[in-house]
Amino acid sequence: MTNDGIELTGLHKSFGEVRAVDGVDVSIGRGETVALLGPNGAGKSTTIDMLLGLLPPDSGTVSVFGKSPHDAVAAGAIGAMLQTGALIRDLSVRELVTMVSSLYREPLGVDEVLTLTGLEDVARQRTQKLSGGQTQRVRFAVALVSNPELLVLDEPTVAMDVESRHAFWTSMREFASGGKTIVFATHYLEEADAYADRAVLMARGHVVADGPTTEIKAMVGIRTIRATLPGTGLDGLATLSGVTHVERRGESIVLSCSNSDAAIRALLDRYPAARDIEISGAGLEQAFLLLTGDE
Amino acid sequence: MKAFTYTRFELLRVIRSRRFVFLALGFPVALYYAIAAPNRHEGNLAHTGISAPLYFMVGLAAFGTMNAMMSTGARIAAERAVGWNRQLRITPLTTRDYFRAKVLTGYAMALLTLAVLFAAGATLGVSLSAGAWVRMTVLILVGLIPFAAFGILLGHMLTPDSIGPTLGGATAFFAFLGGAWFPITSGVLKTIAESIPSYWLVQAAHIGVGGHGWSAEGWLTVAAWAVVLAALARRAYYRDTRRV
Repeated sequence: MTNDGIELTGLHKSFGEVRAVDGVDVSIGRGETVALLGPNGAGKSTTIDMLLGLLPPDSGTVSVFGKSPHDAVAAGAIGAMLQTGALIRDLSVRELVTMVSSLYREPLGVDEVLTLTGLEDVARQRTQKLSGGQTQRVRFAVALVSNPELLVLDEPTVAMDVESRHAFWTSMREFASGGKTIVFATHYLEEADAYADRAVLMARGHVVADGPTTEIKAMVGIRTIRATLPGTGLDGLATLSGVTHVERRGESIVLSCSNSDAAIRALLDRYPAARDIEISGAGLEQAFLLLTGDE
Repeated sequence: MKAFTYTRFELLRVIRSRRFVFLALGFPVALYYAIAAPNRHEGNLAHTGISAPLYFMVGLAAFGTMNAMMSTGARIAAERAVGWNRQLRITPLTTRDYFRAKVLTGYAMALLTLAVLFAAGATLGVSLSAGAWVRMTVLILVGLIPFAAFGILLGHMLTPDSIGPTLGGATAFFAFLGGAWFPITSGVLKTIAESIPSYWLVQAAHIGVGGHGWSAEGWLTVAAWAVVLAALARRAYYRDTRRV
């Protein structure tokens, strides 16, 4: 293992009875853009809090460029946009970004950051008078102005509309092109697919898959076919082309498919009695449950 | 100096905050005029030889500055509620610089409060020697140190909902037991009063009415409270990294 990137080793964190993070090992190289992908409650934010040194792990270690999170933060190596958060009042956008930049030894220029995040027009406005989308962009500017080696974004686009989302990721890409390391949490598969080199899938505090986004997309891009088909044995259904998993719910059968097009043709061909057919994309949540083997 | 940029913007935020201008500055002044203006020609309050406008000015100086200093706590609680405290934790801002900024903004508010109270006093005919103004002001500022720490401590422990009543209650308690509202001169109440920092804050303000400042016991009491509350505030700050 190298010391050069980010190493999360054997991380555990419980809140009372709840095991929020239950054995996470992730290694991220310098310059990588990695998505932490998972449904709500998967442990993404808790993992990020430990990565940033905001939360001490119950066990396990975090190393950021060979340093503890605390030392990496003190050295100004980390910039982050946390999941929850608003802005302090009574400062203009420019003043707030300037205030934060003053805390760093080698910040980006305030004007540069305001341009990059599309905030020139509201630079003189007070922070309490911004819209939700503008507030998110200011929070992004606050994370960027530190010119960090590692940029951490915890569900950055949650409060944004489609257009702001697009603009946001464009600025993020521009920043990332400078060889920076970026870790972002999201529960949108499309965001992970479009903007990360690699996705780490989390569910129930575990890493359930870790690989290039194309692979991950194939794994979780599962569809299910549901049909009424009483009295048919499951063994035969399981051999249908494109079907990965079968279960019965009363009179209905549910087929999880890697290739739903092939599966629906095979189903109708072999079981013409099947009716009330529904095909749906499994949500991430459902895909994760399949991956983790839980019901 | 880069280190002061952060403090400078904190101060700017205070001055721009309407709540501060109304409550921390307006309230003591309004109270002062309400009490002192009707008695402005009373030159010998309760046979003490002290004029009413002067007597009430120094009483409110102790109460108003304590109030202003501890209101830092309300500001901290509001910052925590919007997650700003956690955002600051992932910057290189050191604990020392953070505390310095908070204490300095508290002092700025206290000084403004004193300035407007002194000006209000002057409009009602209060006049003191330059030496008395200075000695009173300096000793008040020293006496505020424990309250600076107390405000920060409460700010990192309480939510914006609960801090208002807590600060109000704490200020009333300290003002009452410290003798800001009526003189505490003897008995068990005086023994209790002498062990809390607000009593000495009131004594500092009473330099304006011919008081002698602090005894050794006063300095020790204020120092002890300052050390203990600062340690607790520091601990509360270190622990306070969770999502609120």
